[in-house]
Amino acid sequence: MDKKNSLTLLILTVCLVVFPFIVTNTYYISTMVFVGINGIIAIGLSLLMGCAGQISIGHAAFFGLGAYTSAVLTAKLGFHPWCAFFLGILLSSCIALIIGIPSLKLKGHYLAMATLGFGEITYIVFNELTDITGGPSGIGGIPKIYLAGYAMNTDIKYYFFVWAFLLLILTLSLNLIHSRIGRALRSIHDSEVAANAMGVNTSKLKIQVFMISAVFGSVAGSLYTHYVTFVSPSSFGLFFSILLVMMVVIGGMHSVWGALIGAALLTILPEFLRALKDFEIFVYGAVLLLIMIFLPRGLIGGLEYLFNRLIKKV
Amino acid sequence: MPLYSQIIQYVLSGITIGSVYAIIALGFNIIYNSTSIINFAQGEFVMLGGLTMIFFTVMLKFPLVIGFPLTVLVLTLIGIIMERFTISPIKKPTVVTLIIVTIAVSILFKGVAMLVWGKDTHFLPPFSGEKGIAFMGASLNPQYIWVVGITVVVVVLLSIFFKYTIIGKAMTACAVNRTAASLMGINVKRMVLLSFALSAAIGGIAGIIIAPITLMAYDNGAMLGLKGFGAAVLGGLGNFYGAIFAGLLLGVMESLGAGLIHSGYKDAIALLVLLLVLFIKPSGIFGVTEVSGFKKF
Amino acid sequence: MDNVILHASKIKKTFGGLVAVSDLDFTVREGRIKAIIGPNGAGKTTVFNLITGILQPTGGEIQFQGNSITRLKSYRISSLGISRTFQNVQLFSNMSVIENVMIGRHPRTSSGIMSSILSLPKKRKEEKEVRKRAMEYLEFVGLGDRFDESPENLPFGKQRLLEIARAMATEPRLLLLDEPASGLNTKETQNLARLITEIRGRGITILLVEHDMELVMGISDEIMVLNSGQKIAEGLPREIQENDEVIKAYLGEA
Ligand SMILES: Nc1ncnc2c1ncn2[C@@H]1O[C@H](COP(=O)(O)OP(=O)(O)O)[C@@H](O)[C@H]1O
Ligand SMILES: [Mg+2]
Repeated sequence: MDKKNSLTLLILTVCLVVFPFIVTNTYYISTMVFVGINGIIAIGLSLLMGCAGQISIGHAAFFGLGAYTSAVLTAKLGFHPWCAFFLGILLSSCIALIIGIPSLKLKGHYLAMATLGFGEITYIVFNELTDITGGPSGIGGIPKIYLAGYAMNTDIKYYFFVWAFLLLILTLSLNLIHSRIGRALRSIHDSEVAANAMGVNTSKLKIQVFMISAVFGSVAGSLYTHYVTFVSPSSFGLFFSILLVMMVVIGGMHSVWGALIGAALLTILPEFLRALKDFEIFVYGAVLLLIMIFLPRGLIGGLEYLFNRLIKKV
Repeated sequence: MPLYSQIIQYVLSGITIGSVYAIIALGFNIIYNSTSIINFAQGEFVMLGGLTMIFFTVMLKFPLVIGFPLTVLVLTLIGIIMERFTISPIKKPTVVTLIIVTIAVSILFKGVAMLVWGKDTHFLPPFSGEKGIAFMGASLNPQYIWVVGITVVVVVLLSIFFKYTIIGKAMTACAVNRTAASLMGINVKRMVLLSFALSAAIGGIAGIIIAPITLMAYDNGAMLGLKGFGAAVLGGLGNFYGAIFAGLLLGVMESLGAGLIHSGYKDAIALLVLLLVLFIKPSGIFGVTEVSGFKKF
Repeated sequence: MDNVILHASKIKKTFGGLVAVSDLDFTVREGRIKAIIGPNGAGKTTVFNLITGILQPTGGEIQFQGNSITRLKSYRISSLGISRTFQNVQLFSNMSVIENVMIGRHPRTSSGIMSSILSLPKKRKEEKEVRKRAMEYLEFVGLGDRFDESPENLPFGKQRLLEIARAMATEPRLLLLDEPASGLNTKETQNLARLITEIRGRGITILLVEHDMELVMGISDEIMVLNSGQKIAEGLPREIQENDEVIKAYLGEA
């Protein structure tokens, strides 16, 4: 990781630590927990989409797999939450491997369709496998998770818990991007043929990054489950998959920071728009449209542009 | 009912819904061919078509023969407005940007429909009554005949348009090679606009004919669009006859799966077959692999 | 140095009904510069795509240093020591100039996912080494001062040089150059000729597709002429210049 990223990471950490001391309203803290959870998946998806250039419109499935593994194993079978957490990761990465091998041979819109189909099938299974998942009514009574003997049972504790995970995942992702493997992933994005001709095993790398992003999704899912202590299929459908893609693109695909900003915007915006009632969906669509038309490189692209202008002036 | 007439019943309703998927898929293809965009708002055209038709014929009590063309006209305008105000202003379009833009537009359309028609499900009376016609032991809903009949008319008219009219041929030329087409003096921008207008119009037709069977509400667009996209991909993106075949195939499979296996898994079955086909033939049933392999996303 | 480094026997490629390469036999000898010439659409690029595994042949076999590479994946062939440039330049436009060359070091380095994610010391040491080597290749083609720019900012001629540097970074035994002089001016072409001979001087065998006859005749040891996917002539530059069939292929048959 270079200096700029380390510094930004440091500033972010400081802001995050200070935040709950300034804003004590639990509603805002709780919204920030969801920003963190969505941010973790979005960072994973950004590695896949922004870095390696492979789209997935089915990532809600991995979020759901993590969430349901934690929910079923802890609430119904009495597993230890951390044990369920890691089994969720295992399950998601195995499924990512099985789905990834045939899917990632596909290109462009065909890949979009395949991942979309996978996401929808998973969603239907969550709904129909009533014996295990509880069907549309979901699973409740999920226990809290413990960290070093402390129950993560308040918004503020969960806030620090989730954002610690996010910072860890962000650091690992930045490391990955600025490495031999990250460079190879970016080469796939630009020209898969040329990357292959330069000795990059593109099929293997695409599957690996798909698995990594699935693992991040699963982690977020487990964190979600132990926070809301209730899961039902409606949180893991096509709409959420599309929302994730939008977080990555609106924030700026070329950077994991973009994914984080996108996750923040698209998690916080609906909370503000709620006051508009029926007009919410309308304003939401308009905001997305305007950002895409006027900031093709996303919010982070816009910020970079402003920052560079500022530097030039000084 | 004996099993075989049940199967006939399922196949008939499968062909009907499949015809609609086919028309929606053709809508995807028309825009894809002239722009390489997958228009995720395509399903919303269908929803808007159904609801606009309901507005004209149920609320304003216009006769069908007036409501139908009026609806198609309105949808054409909507397609033009969409292209002018959302696609055309984008300076450096990339595939992913365009996907998000069309998704944003679909959210907007959904919002508009919710404001205009509310959240209720609306009913459009079948074009010629509801009395079933006996057919090989099964009962044939007369609306099915309307759906299939109008689909055939749309397909025939479109193929005549693309094969024999100057504008149609120009659009086909754009699909084959945009640079060459523009060198030959074809106004590519105009073709893009036209493709959105045409695509919205036939999406609207799909909405009009399906509404009496499935009813219509502001949030029905996404699922219909998804099925149509599935059909377009399954047939090989951009492939005219592939889309029709794949649309019918999806419709019949879905209907058989729902009837004979388990209705909750009907979409899963259709999607599973779609995935398997893609895994075996990565560019759809009628797509060309080597060429698509080099197309950049 | 008369060892055969590459041997193609009866290779064939069809696209649907179109026969792009038909039952083609040829050999490349170690340490030589061999040129493939022929009109547009003759199948030259397709031959390159078959050798580098980007396309799978419809039939026939290709051997590299005595081993069959016919069914190998593209990235395997590259790590065995065959590298190439592209007729339609295919640089990685979202990376800097030096990063493009660093990709070339990929098959010669080994940091995996885990050491990358954890940023282990081994990885950091390797990164430094990779950057240093990439810089050497950039300087070799004369682009050392532009290492931090976007490849899209480079003039076309320099983009072609960058592709050569990237290919060289994989340490190939055989280098395939697809029309490296197209789009270059006279001075740039002369510079390129010098560079190619220098690469050969490093013991690297070269297979060259080129339309610039002065360049081809000037540096090639041997020339093969393709037309409609078939070999119509092969020999020394002088022999090719006097060959009737070649002249006919180029001027078009009556
Ligand atoms: N991926 C492909 N799909 C279909 N046809 C191709 C493909 N690549 C090359 N061709 C065809 O094969 C023939 C040979 O092309 P190519 O090898 O590029 O010729 P050259 O490099 O000699 O100009 C041409 O007719 C070309 O259109
Ligand atoms: Mg060529």
